[in-house]
Amino acid sequence: MFGKLGWDAIPFDQPIPLIAGAVVVLLGLGVLVFVIAKGCLPYLWNEWITSVDHKRLGIMYVLLGLLMLVRGFIDAIMMRAQQSVAYHSAGYLPPEHYNQVFSAHGTIMVLFAAMPLVIGLMNFVVPLQLGVRDVAFPTLNSVSFWLTATGALLVNISLLIGEFARTGWLPYPPLSELRYSPGVGVDYYLWAVQIAGVGTLMTGINFVTTILKMRAPGMTYFRMPMFCWTSLASCLLILAAFPVLTATLAMLTLDRYLGFHFFTIEAGGNAMMFMNLIWAWGHPEVYILVLPAFGIYSEVISTFSSKPLFGYRSMVAATLFICIVSFCTWLHHFFTMGAGGDVNAAFGISTSIIAVGTGVKMYNWLFTMYGGRIRFTTPMLWSLGFMTTFITGGLTGVLLAVPPADFLLHNSMFLVAHFHHVIVGGVVFALLAGIEYWWPKAFGYRLEERWGKAAFWCGLVGFYVTFVPMYVVGILGMTRRLQHYDVAEWHSWLQISGVGILILIAGAGCQVTQLVVSYLRRNELRDNTGDPWDGRTLEWATSSPPPVFNFAVLPQVRDAEVYWDVKRRAFEQQRLPQEPDYQPIEMPRNSPTGFVCAFFATLIGFALIWHIWWLMVVGLMGAYATFVVFAWRDVPEYVIPANEVARLDRENRAIRQGVLAGEAPWL
Amino acid sequence: MSSTHVLTIDDPYRLGHRGPNLARGHGGGGPATKRVIVGYGFWLFLLSDIVIFACLFAAYAVLAQATAGGPTAKQLYELDRVAWETACLLASSFFCGLATIAVAKRNQLLTQLALLATGLTGLAFILLEVSEFTALSRQGYGPTRSAFLTGFFTLVGCHGVHVTAGLLWLGTMMAQFFAKGFRPDIGRRFLCFSMFWHFLDVVWVAIFSLVYLVGTRL
Repeated sequence: MFGKLGWDAIPFDQPIPLIAGAVVVLLGLGVLVFVIAKGCLPYLWNEWITSVDHKRLGIMYVLLGLLMLVRGFIDAIMMRAQQSVAYHSAGYLPPEHYNQVFSAHGTIMVLFAAMPLVIGLMNFVVPLQLGVRDVAFPTLNSVSFWLTATGALLVNISLLIGEFARTGWLPYPPLSELRYSPGVGVDYYLWAVQIAGVGTLMTGINFVTTILKMRAPGMTYFRMPMFCWTSLASCLLILAAFPVLTATLAMLTLDRYLGFHFFTIEAGGNAMMFMNLIWAWGHPEVYILVLPAFGIYSEVISTFSSKPLFGYRSMVAATLFICIVSFCTWLHHFFTMGAGGDVNAAFGISTSIIAVGTGVKMYNWLFTMYGGRIRFTTPMLWSLGFMTTFITGGLTGVLLAVPPADFLLHNSMFLVAHFHHVIVGGVVFALLAGIEYWWPKAFGYRLEERWGKAAFWCGLVGFYVTFVPMYVVGILGMTRRLQHYDVAEWHSWLQISGVGILILIAGAGCQVTQLVVSYLRRNELRDNTGDPWDGRTLEWATSSPPPVFNFAVLPQVRDAEVYWDVKRRAFEQQRLPQEPDYQPIEMPRNSPTGFVCAFFATLIGFALIWHIWWLMVVGLMGAYATFVVFAWRDVPEYVIPANEVARLDRENRAIRQGVLAGEAPWL
Repeated sequence: MSSTHVLTIDDPYRLGHRGPNLARGHGGGGPATKRVIVGYGFWLFLLSDIVIFACLFAAYAVLAQATAGGPTAKQLYELDRVAWETACLLASSFFCGLATIAVAKRNQLLTQLALLATGLTGLAFILLEVSEFTALSRQGYGPTRSAFLTGFFTLVGCHGVHVTAGLLWLGTMMAQFFAKGFRPDIGRRFLCFSMFWHFLDVVWVAIFSLVYLVGTRL
């Protein structure tokens, strides 16, 4: 009846996952009870869960990403603690559990924390910057979000029911094959990532279509803000790379479920094919994350230097260069495979060359700041921290790109230090900067600066104290993923790294405090102008938070820095542009399709993990029924009447009139 | 302003000229029409699906010689059946093309007939494929026999799963035309369906050539 699922799936004998799982369940139930008791459920359902508004979906993506960031961070704390104490001792985490922790940490951080945060910011910002009303396919956007949430849910269910993979964040065969991993851990990984991956692919389709086909009139390619360009490049990479992930994981799934022989060690299977395929996705994935991050830095640095972005066209060229070359470097993840000197040399060179694109960007940011009036706000601090951190992290990457060096450093702590150096310094800093930068646009008030700066300094210092010792132990010969060790030289370095994570915990504490303090003081921090930073791109032209339709009339774009241009002209003439002729606006209706799809996807995923075949059939039929019901609806849109549009826009214009009279924080 | 207006009317694409392209959905012309947006998005989906097939083709190519002492491609493939399968699928695409014309002419009867013919020929293709798969499995040459057969069943089977899903979609398409008539949104969905159906033909041509024809020659 319930396949492989029984009471033994719940880890009654392991206190750590049991207590952690129980706490998560209780917190979840607590939130649910609170929501129901407060009578917020209809509001949540109507305004958020069924919403197809890109801004709301963006906020939900960011919320999901932040929650998963905390989950992944707790895993990191557990690993650092284990390695600080596990010298000549077993530590406090048993090996099976430790292996699950590092696998879950990687999977969650890349796929369920960084991806939702990046996609969340894209969702919120890109349509606003393009000057349009929504993405190309709003309901599909909601489906994407809820499928991503399904994946995250499945990973977290594995905490309490069953186990998670012990294979590392990429399940290398033959270890991940049924013979060596007979439990459900790898199956949790496969279905969680597969379902979330479908969601991500849909997002890629949605945003490429939006950016290429739905820009405001006059917004030619070379007038698009840099964040739109980098989002476009990132989504093109999603389109080309995520199907590879889907196919590869499907092959491993067939091996495990139906006894196929793609990657097995018998009957002619080829495990190295998995490494090649998974990194053909995995390397572009790095750039899927970091290109939008570069876009965020470009916006932040330009705004807070009060200058246009230096070398806009070279920035676009560098972005697209990285986009293409990122598909030509995957083999550097396994130089030790033995492909031969020529192949390794070719991939070593392509890996070094891709750093050139990033170098171009670095100089552009430096020259953007040169001669500017720099305001050292929290997002700007994160950007400056990024520039120093990313350069050094990138240099260790160039070291690893040299095949002979890689033979020594492969799979060592040096590698772990390197990729955290670029992903934390590149992506996480950007996401925190981006959240800080666009927060007033989303909620209408700024975040408190002092706690934000404290979070930045703890984050920066904590980062270096945690990860620089890892370079050292890597050179001293320590391989990654060790549960315990007995080499005396490593011990003190790993303890320093443990201190580093304490500083990072303090940073996370400051960050949370900042959000709470800012919420409590939101009336003091309120920004009525919709333009708190003296912005240059279109999202600052509308009110904060923006109306559901974003722009009362689609803006006419005449310059690369549309809003800056409009603003300067208004200041010179001391009057706003003429009031437009308001028309009724058609907007997509909310739809529970996304949530219902995710419900059935959860059922299907859970049923497949535990081999509950009847439940899988129920889930598939439900999913098909959802498709038919969606196809059958007759009224996909509703109309906002012209006078309502006019009313909302006149409010915004009245505030802008005040800005002309000198009522702006940056004046 | 008036000069740009003239440009929009005379030569919106401005092919071979410098300056902004003022057609909708291109350059500076503002958002494209819904039909263009939907068709474009679906094209992107098809491209991503092609990448999935590319991975399966690559895996098949890597594993094609790994027969693990079992039968080789030459011993197993029956080109007669494959020829019939190809004929069915190409005929299906042809009927789908006729359906597109019938939809453009807003003719309910012809639309339904053409879609029915599309579905029946598609179904015949699937039945032929199933008979091939069961015949192989009965002889003990199922996908678990060797890595070569794993690659073969997955690649060809993935195409078969696509066709089957397409048949389900086709059924709902017929029902939508019947119940709701030729509404613009249903027309856009049919545009996507027909692209999907022709795309499956393209993939089949690659399977026919690279798997079956090459397999029986080597």
